[in-house]
Amino acid sequence: MSELRELYQEIVLDHNSRPRNFKEIEDADRVVEGYNPLCGDKIMLYVKFEGDTIADIGFQGTGCAISRASASLMTQQVKGRNVAQAEKLFDRFHEMVTGNVDGDLDFEDLGDLEVMAGVSNFPSRVKCATLSWHSLRSALKSQEAHVTTE
Amino acid sequence: MTTAKPAESPRPSLTSEAPLDVQRVRRDFPILQQQVRGRPLVYLDNAATSQKPHQVIDTLTRYYTKENSNIHRGVHYLSELATTKYEATRSTVKRFINAGEEREIVFVRGTTEGLNLVAQSFGRQRVGEGDEVIISTMEHHSNIVPWQMLCEERGARLRVIPINDDGELLLDEYEKLLSPRTKLVSVVHVSNSLGTINPIKRIIETAHAQGVPVAIDGAQAAPHLRLDVQDLDCDFYTFSGHKLFGPTGIGVLYGKAEHLEAMPPYQGGGDMIKSVTFEKTTYNDLPYKFEAGTPHIAGVIGLGAAIDYVEGIGLDRIGAHESELLRYGIERLSAIDGLKLIGTAGHKASILSFVLDGVHPHDVGSILDGEGIAIRTGHHCTQPVMERFGIAATARASLAFYNTKEEIDALVEGIHHVSEVMG
Ligand SMILES: Cc1ncc(COP(=O)(O)O)c(C=O)c1O
Repeated sequence: MSELRELYQEIVLDHNSRPRNFKEIEDADRVVEGYNPLCGDKIMLYVKFEGDTIADIGFQGTGCAISRASASLMTQQVKGRNVAQAEKLFDRFHEMVTGNVDGDLDFEDLGDLEVMAGVSNFPSRVKCATLSWHSLRSALKSQEAHVTTE
Repeated sequence: MTTAKPAESPRPSLTSEAPLDVQRVRRDFPILQQQVRGRPLVYLDNAATSQKPHQVIDTLTRYYTKENSNIHRGVHYLSELATTKYEATRSTVKRFINAGEEREIVFVRGTTEGLNLVAQSFGRQRVGEGDEVIISTMEHHSNIVPWQMLCEERGARLRVIPINDDGELLLDEYEKLLSPRTKLVSVVHVSNSLGTINPIKRIIETAHAQGVPVAIDGAQAAPHLRLDVQDLDCDFYTFSGHKLFGPTGIGVLYGKAEHLEAMPPYQGGGDMIKSVTFEKTTYNDLPYKFEAGTPHIAGVIGLGAAIDYVEGIGLDRIGAHESELLRYGIERLSAIDGLKLIGTAGHKASILSFVLDGVHPHDVGSILDGEGIAIRTGHHCTQPVMERFGIAATARASLAFYNTKEEIDALVEGIHHVSEVMG
């Protein structure tokens, strides 16, 4: 049970019921659709740049609590960062949720994202937590406009 | 609500009237004895795959320990033994589905392969440009995609029987879809995401009246209903061993001999030939024409043990127990605030698909898993069904004869817990 409580922490539930940056950005520079074929969850991610800084970011779509909360937390954490910082955050976040940690379990630099650490106990939910991040990465690299978690 | 009572059951039950002794049958399933996440396992994912009784496990162990050999053409003791057991299962299957002849039983990998075989061999022969194939809204992807592939290749058209809000086929619409262009109908006997038991006997009669053959996806029917392919008069019927308490990787395709005779082989190779020269190959007789290569011998023999086991319990007894479980499950789940059952057909098998207000099925699944309760969440390989009901996914508890009312109570308690955790 404690593992479950760790997964569904207050902050996670709060971001699920009141997702931040849950909006469409009409003049976004990048719009990416993320799709998790496992469950049919879909998100649209909107990113607006100023230089190589993420000036604004928003998302919309349906999904489980983990994917919604993760997307919401992500938008808060990457807004105002530049591409390189966001990429680094992606790597750290990925290490945390997959439990593939080299060295110390120190996620302080992840800020609020740390509340998603409980996902590592539920391998089947990693894709829920990383859907928005994969979409972001693709937006940063501006390759495809459609990503899946597969 | 009437339940898993087979509409087509002309054969009398061989079993006595005594109800199923659940605690006793549970002891046959080693996996059910274990704890998961510190709780007794509550396994409610039987539509995905069923658990195996030790009778099946022991049969597999014995096969690999004492009987393993390649079948057919062997002159030595073990090969004869393995061949005899392999072919004995064919006879078991023939009896199980009341087929007319053993050569109408083809061993395949599972339902998916059975349907692909029908599409690629029978379908290709019959379906041409401008023709139509009829399926239904509630098909598993494995009864959609093979027909889509065929239709695309042939320039034919896929037509789809709609369903109502309870998840029942609209038979009037079906009759309207049938036309001289219809070359084949392929529908599911029991829906894996809704539980609906379709009136396939009537569907088959209607198609036959217009000379159209019918294939049936029996993946979810075989574990619950007494089958009689001669009474149904279906042209093809296919099911998977792993959903019937047998091994994975093995299944059955029944086809009427007249069709199988006329169909080209599905795969070429050893065992499916009589003689091969570079100029000409003569194909083997039925059913070997469709069993190219070394088959899943252990799987076939294990499937035989599974069918023996199920018949030993008796499908009527299984049906009665599951009907009562379903009735109880519907009663308890419907009483939960904010829970909506998806699939409320009047005639259905023990499958309970549901959505919870404000909670995504994935979260329901993880929280129940935390209590050792295994259900499935997602689209269940039936995305058109999800679309029909305007949802992305459901949570699904699917019951087998070894499930108990106490396990349904645990599920209900777990669902209440979901609401607590999710706030
Ligand atoms: C109704 C139905 N048809 C077909 C299949 C496919 O069966 P298999 O994966 O064993 O080939 C399934 C299994 O999920 C099913 O439930």
